[in-house]
Amino acid sequence: MKRFVPMLLAAIVGWVMVVAFFAPPLRSWQQTAEEWFQVIAAISLLYGCSNLVLHHLKKVSDQESGWGYSVVTIAAFLITSVVGMLKLGVSPAENAARHPWSGAYMEEGSVFWWIYEYAMSPLVSTMFALLAFYVASAAFRAFRAKNTEAIVLLVTAFIVLLGRTYDGTVLTSFLPDWLSGLTIPGMTMTIMSVFNTAGQRAIMIGIALGVAATSLRILLLQDRSYLGSGD
Amino acid sequence: MTIAGKGIGLAIGLLACAWGLPAEAQEMLAPPSEVVVADAPNDAGNGLRITWQLSPDDVADADPRRVLKYEVIRRWTEPAADGAEGELQERRSLTAFGETVYLDPDCSTKQDYQYAVRAIGPGNSASAEVVGSGATRPVVNWFDFGRTGFLGILLFVCGAVVVCTELARRGKPIYVRPIAGLQALEEAVGRSTEMGRPVLFVPGIVDINEIETVAGLTVLSTVARTAAEYDTQLEVPTSRTLVMTSAREIAEAAALAAGRPEAYAEDHIYYVTDEQFGYVAYVCGWMQREKPAACFYLGKFFAESLLLAETGNSIGAIQVAGTAEASQMPFFVAACDYTLIGEELFAASAYLSGEPHQLGILRGQDLGKILAAALLLIGSGLVTAQAVVGGDGLTAAVEFLKRGILG
Repeated sequence: MKRFVPMLLAAIVGWVMVVAFFAPPLRSWQQTAEEWFQVIAAISLLYGCSNLVLHHLKKVSDQESGWGYSVVTIAAFLITSVVGMLKLGVSPAENAARHPWSGAYMEEGSVFWWIYEYAMSPLVSTMFALLAFYVASAAFRAFRAKNTEAIVLLVTAFIVLLGRTYDGTVLTSFLPDWLSGLTIPGMTMTIMSVFNTAGQRAIMIGIALGVAATSLRILLLQDRSYLGSGD
Repeated sequence: MTIAGKGIGLAIGLLACAWGLPAEAQEMLAPPSEVVVADAPNDAGNGLRITWQLSPDDVADADPRRVLKYEVIRRWTEPAADGAEGELQERRSLTAFGETVYLDPDCSTKQDYQYAVRAIGPGNSASAEVVGSGATRPVVNWFDFGRTGFLGILLFVCGAVVVCTELARRGKPIYVRPIAGLQALEEAVGRSTEMGRPVLFVPGIVDINEIETVAGLTVLSTVARTAAEYDTQLEVPTSRTLVMTSAREIAEAAALAAGRPEAYAEDHIYYVTDEQFGYVAYVCGWMQREKPAACFYLGKFFAESLLLAETGNSIGAIQVAGTAEASQMPFFVAACDYTLIGEELFAASAYLSGEPHQLGILRGQDLGKILAAALLLIGSGLVTAQAVVGGDGLTAAVEFLKRGILG
């Protein structure tokens, strides 16, 4: 029963979405279901926040490895929560000057905005910037010519990389127009629009069928593994 | 000045103005013709479609243009609050020259409407209004006929899945090719056990309403059960609260199924943050500190895929990944030991269960692939024949395939 009811709810909402896709008058139901999900997700966020604090408090009290990071996490969570909820540094809205909390919490110049702009945003950019180094190390490993397939991959990647730059155009500029397909940019275009697209489409068709089959299992109450097995 | 004097002055002024205008502006614009109002197809009863024939003055290459736009005038009577007949309302909408269709998207099925169309020229000169004939109120369409082809494909695929499942249930043997990534699950957890290190499971970074997250969580069930059997710590940091709740249910059920309820540790399945790179920073930091021997990334991933996989690679963990995000697959292939490509992720639940009726679903999917391949061949053949031979029949067939079946 503990799992059957959620499964039944998931199936009912799923069927509503499917039927609404084909029945125009029911499309508002689809929207309602999506709104309900947003409401549930928002409520569950409170649970998540309490879980976050308790989890890190336990780490600090047990002095587990990396407990210092937990201190930072709790401090950051509390500071941003308090600053955001109290709207520190936010001036009242123009049309409600008598109400001090009427301004937007992310108003430019507010403390919350300052934290986002000068702490959060640079940290996110730093994490994203790491990708460049990871791409380099992954490419170095992937493009080792250790067997025939790897050699084909290496050559293909080399052509595509070169074809994306002006060097590729210059290197094969001596070829006449009727051999434009053999220039590096021409070969790049062929690789991307023929071989790459064909491969991508095959994967996409497989994914679409996989999604349909998985969804059907959920709609027919056949798959309960996503809620834990057993009854 | 006398009244007669004023009249003469006005007449002279008007003549002077008329003299200065181009000849075509002095003529009345020809109105559009055959204004027909019809119900907009495949909608919820909120649209009417107005069509007309172009004004004879609407000439494509005319310079200067005589017709600049068309004005569609909607008139209706809004009933008053007390039920009495209300005032006549009017709303005007514009379409560009050369247009012959206007879709009015916000009508009511409880209301009668009347439409008129007129051509507008330079200096807001206008033709006479032409009142539309035909439907006056929209109709609710309970089925979107534009999606009939899609419904047919959907019914075929779902029917194939249901039929194959039933056949498998009745004992028809089903062969499923081995999926290396799924076969390696036990090996990866076993390695963690031998090394005395934890297992990391990342169920993607989106919520439970995404089917990829659901598919990832079905694999968690097997990983959690194996980890419980081997008494190995399983760590599941999540970026969504609902995913955390679901993951806890799964891990608890898996520990019970393994006969080791004490192996379930709620504290190791927890919420981190919704923020994409905040979550990645936490997980990568945890990996560097705790050095898990096995990492599983199964779900929906974006830019963080390579950050996670490369960090796992750098600590020497055995890694299994799976996603349906085509743009992230190359990163996982480059950095992980095993990658479930696209549909393999969705096949995981059936494959790992080993139950015949679940495996029947995979056979049903294969029939869907046969249909897709057939449509590809037919479509390619028709387009090629249309290019080589031409003809209205082939063009109509290609259009039907494109719009009627593929939508």
